[in-house]
Amino acid sequence: MATLRTPPEASKPGTGPGSGAAPGLPAGAAGPAAAGLPLAGGGSIAGARSIRRMARAITANRKATVGTALLVLFIFVALFPGLIARDNPQAEIYPRSQTPSAQHWLGTTSFGQDMFSQVIWGTRPVLLIAFGVGLLATVIAMLIGVAAAYLGGAWDGTLNVITDVLLVIPLFPLLIIIGSYLHGAGTSVMIAVIAATGWSYTARQLRAQALSLRNRDFLSAAKVRGERPLYIICVEIIPTMTSLLVAAFLTNALYAVLFSSSLQFIGLGDPNVTSWGTMLYWAQNNEAFQTGLPLWIIVPGLCIVALGAAFALLNYAFDEIGNPALRPARSIRRVRAQRAR
Amino acid sequence: MRFVLRRMGFFLLTLWVALTLNFVLPRLMPGNPALAIIGKFRGGISPQAVKVLEAQFGVGTHQNLVAQYFGYLGNVATLKFGTSLTTQPGASVGRIVFDAIPWTLGLVGITTILAFVLGTGIGIVSAWWRGGRLDSLMPPVFVIMTVIPYFWIGLMLILIFGVKLRLLPYFFSYNYALTPGFNAAFIGNVAEHAILPAFTLLITTIGVWILTMRNTMITTLAEDYVRMARAKGLPARRIMFDYAARNAILPNLTGFAMSLGFVIGGAILIEEVFNYQGVGYLLLQAVNNEDYPLMQALFLLITVAVLVAILLSDLATAIFDPRTRGAG
Repeated sequence: MATLRTPPEASKPGTGPGSGAAPGLPAGAAGPAAAGLPLAGGGSIAGARSIRRMARAITANRKATVGTALLVLFIFVALFPGLIARDNPQAEIYPRSQTPSAQHWLGTTSFGQDMFSQVIWGTRPVLLIAFGVGLLATVIAMLIGVAAAYLGGAWDGTLNVITDVLLVIPLFPLLIIIGSYLHGAGTSVMIAVIAATGWSYTARQLRAQALSLRNRDFLSAAKVRGERPLYIICVEIIPTMTSLLVAAFLTNALYAVLFSSSLQFIGLGDPNVTSWGTMLYWAQNNEAFQTGLPLWIIVPGLCIVALGAAFALLNYAFDEIGNPALRPARSIRRVRAQRAR
Repeated sequence: MRFVLRRMGFFLLTLWVALTLNFVLPRLMPGNPALAIIGKFRGGISPQAVKVLEAQFGVGTHQNLVAQYFGYLGNVATLKFGTSLTTQPGASVGRIVFDAIPWTLGLVGITTILAFVLGTGIGIVSAWWRGGRLDSLMPPVFVIMTVIPYFWIGLMLILIFGVKLRLLPYFFSYNYALTPGFNAAFIGNVAEHAILPAFTLLITTIGVWILTMRNTMITTLAEDYVRMARAKGLPARRIMFDYAARNAILPNLTGFAMSLGFVIGGAILIEEVFNYQGVGYLLLQAVNNEDYPLMQALFLLITVAVLVAILLSDLATAIFDPRTRGAG
């Protein structure tokens, strides 16, 4: 996301892959975001305090408020779909192709399934894929990026080449090819495939951050103490990159939502799993527009957009919280006014 | 020179990885997928085609993996991609792909150029009147555009302009009733069918050009030579284009060179949604029909196009911006 940012930070001429990661750098070292995140909280008292501080940061930033509200809503729906929609989303038990009514808020599909309960039950696989890919891809990126930067030399060269190669091979066609050999990828296979191919962009950013740390005093001190490389990487380097890791998680989760929905739309997911992407697949196969069921396509699409927007907004918000220079001028003035009071 | 050699080396390495992926992937999957296909079509395709398939997927041959691998590399090097199994049974893969390329080049190529020109223009104007109405509209629009699946935008446009308003056609690239030929009626029909897919592509790709141009332009506008030009009292238009935009356009130009590589494989889902018979549509047809030889050839084509474009844009950057040469 760093390269997509609006303010002039991302606008150095000849933006190379390395300089794209630069704007995020100061955020990792200091700022309320780094202090407020769970990884940094040590004991239970410090944990409670940092949670309170994070809550304050979220309510103070409008993007963070909206993003968090959307995400919490979707998580709730994914955890308790049965509370909201009682129908089995797959059961073909109703009259076919109904328009919205009191019984069927969004109508029924041309198979006679209740569309509302499909949307509700379809939330869970999408969120699983988003969080699964977000975590897995970020962990892979972290291990490879930090190892490359810390170990240096031939290790750095090799890992860097692997990252670069994966970065330039067109990802979506590759996913299509893999998907076609797999014949209907279920949720866990989808997570594995998207994470295994999609970590390279964030690995580059994390490597750049780790490289900038390499000659800091606290790392030399750890080396002089005789700590092992694994300890230095896990305990000394990774905690300083918390806000960058959060950004990486959100970016990967957003792309997972878009990629998995697209793959499901073209029929490469498991067609028997109810999710927004497979809803779109069945809707398109049954000519939903021509048969008067536009909601079959509109609603799942809007859900994808809303979930994607939640991740994107949180990403921008964490950038702004961690790096005050990015905040819009207006809100900086407001904060100053509040402090003065 | 060293920079150029490094980029060439990287190009060859990535090409080799893509080729190897094509070779390894079907062999990694549980139960060789080609085996089922060959079984299904044993009677339907010529023995020669079966032989090519067997070589491609390592079924029924008694060669070891290494021999298979070099046989495969040799086939690719001599552009032997075999014959299509199901999409157009018996036709050579090369022929089918060759027929699809012009449609994609026409639709996506022209739209890419259009998006670049329009986007760069809007970026310049947006940066010049920074904080103005146009400029403050950009960031929220851009956030929204990054989270909407492209194919869904296409579907919504079909719903509005095709199904509800009945203004524009949204199926295939021309009316079946017409015979393809070089006449006004046919060309007009093709253009009409291209409007919706082209518009979908345009609004989904234009944002990047606007944003990059705007951001670089804002940095450039703060330079001393721009202030000098203002102090000299040069006309605004001259400062805007000859001083600021001209120096700010390099990132957009290299981005443009790179985006030309994505013309071939960059609109897969949009072609699918509009049933537009280009390379992307063909790829998904091959996937649906389990036409693996065609699928492999298309993946290779898409990847090579991207790699060549990246190589060329790297070289162009090295020529136009000497600062990058050392960094390689």
